[in-house]
Amino acid sequence: MIEYWNPLVERMPVDELDKMQEKRLKSLVNYVYQHSDFYKKKFDDANVKPEDIQSLDDLKKLPFTYKSDLRDTYPTGMFCVPNEQLVRFHASSGTTGKHTVVGYTRNDIDQWATSLARALTSLGIGRGDVIQISYGYGLFTGGLGLHYGAEEVGCTVLPTSSGNTEKQLNLMQDLNSSVIACTPSYFLFMNEVANQSGISIEHDTQLRVGIFGAEPWSEEMRTRIEEATGIKAYDVYGTSELSGPLCTECQHQDGIHIWADQFLIEVINPETGEQLAEGERGELVITTLAKEALPLIRYRIGDITVINKQPCECGRTHPRIMRVLGRADDMLIVRGINVFPGQVESVLMNIPEVGEHFMIVVDRVNELDIMKVQIEMTDEAFSDKINDIMSLEKKVASALKNVLNLAVKVELVENGTIPRSMGKAKKVIDNRKL
Amino acid sequence: MEEKIIKQISLFAENKPGRLANIAENFRKADINIRAFTIAEAGDFGIIRMVVDKPDVAHEVLHDAGFTVSETSVLGVEMQDIPGGLGKIADVLGEKSINIDYAYAFVTKTEKALLILRVNDIEGAIKTLNVTGVKLIDMADIQAI
Repeated sequence: MIEYWNPLVERMPVDELDKMQEKRLKSLVNYVYQHSDFYKKKFDDANVKPEDIQSLDDLKKLPFTYKSDLRDTYPTGMFCVPNEQLVRFHASSGTTGKHTVVGYTRNDIDQWATSLARALTSLGIGRGDVIQISYGYGLFTGGLGLHYGAEEVGCTVLPTSSGNTEKQLNLMQDLNSSVIACTPSYFLFMNEVANQSGISIEHDTQLRVGIFGAEPWSEEMRTRIEEATGIKAYDVYGTSELSGPLCTECQHQDGIHIWADQFLIEVINPETGEQLAEGERGELVITTLAKEALPLIRYRIGDITVINKQPCECGRTHPRIMRVLGRADDMLIVRGINVFPGQVESVLMNIPEVGEHFMIVVDRVNELDIMKVQIEMTDEAFSDKINDIMSLEKKVASALKNVLNLAVKVELVENGTIPRSMGKAKKVIDNRKL
Repeated sequence: MEEKIIKQISLFAENKPGRLANIAENFRKADINIRAFTIAEAGDFGIIRMVVDKPDVAHEVLHDAGFTVSETSVLGVEMQDIPGGLGKIADVLGEKSINIDYAYAFVTKTEKALLILRVNDIEGAIKTLNVTGVKLIDMADIQAI
């Protein structure tokens, strides 16, 4: 098994990586200024010329790009190449508004596959592995994105896409899938269905690795998945605007390696836009250094994270982002307190009596926000004494209050009534008319 | 002693329309007869407790229908239908420090009252009640009702 896909790049000394980034940043600003009316106007409005950008430090002079820019220029107004140079379109799932379109040149597709080839190699995945891709194929980037990366490293791809869980489990057993890629909530659902049919993923399948993403998930959920199914669970990061799923953790499970030759990352204070120091928690901002069709300059991706620039034990020198707690978009403000669904998940995963499915429901009653967390009663936790059930509700409510600093009403609901999802799980119902 | 333990079906149900109808329909299909039935409700949820003629089948049917359900060991006490009948039972258990978690009663076709009890020490309760001459019914009696 090979250790690195591009050893020279992945282990490049940090100062050389910086030089490479600087060079690529300078040519990028010239490229977008010349090829995109959108960026030319954006730079002109901000009073910045390409020649003002001489070092990585000058990055902060550049204006931000937002998701709304992609929407406003729908469908292809930000593209830097004519349409005939595109080999593919994808469109975002539109979870946060009107959909957005991303185009790819041949080189963009290759870069994307390379990024994932490095990532898969870092997880010990390659020739001889059967990878079951249960992310949706189609306009969503999850399926096809991983597909190309997996083929690049020589895996055998089983493109099941999402849904039809019984069939997924049959194929997993019959074709000896060793790797699965899907949302963590779908994998848990799959495990539930497997158990109902008497199949143990740990003992009755060859599955050993899961690549999970497309929705925020917690360290505690990782523990639960690994314990329940005997596989190693890894986080994958990416969004459609940046191509799709791009980068993963390595086997050390200590942050996602973001390839510095392809992406320049910063963390900013979401309110002031100021850059934050390494190790400070803030909003992730990404500049694509190598994309041709749709380069993004200081793109406000909206995820809240921390950058770690220390070289990893695996020998890779590229910076890591620590587990994404949630998107700025997912953040709820309840009685003035910021709440991420990921925090709720972390708390619940630490309470063994509670199942992994939950729903946050926020209402406004008499001008006051009421946050309710619904969790499912499991067979194991069920006692037929009312007091036992009420004390479980109290236990969960007080654990949530400790973490969120917010009084939360906990409601136990019947098993199986919280909707399961084949893709991104919906975890919040906000009934407030704000 | 074992044979004096009655298997009660306990079930978690949200307090919303149609839940009871769903249970009844499942029982009808599986030809299960309910002998005693009670709902303890606490706001958003309730616990339905039932004594049925075929508890194992009932458990399986409800579990397969997606309910959170358990079998709980309870006692069935045949009570004399005279004033003080209940008081006597509570007294003897109290003397032995056996706590009654919950209880519910029903009247059979034979004009006897039956009391279903969940206690914190089921074996102690059986011994105590046997000594005092209280008649405990068993699953065969439940099926025969």
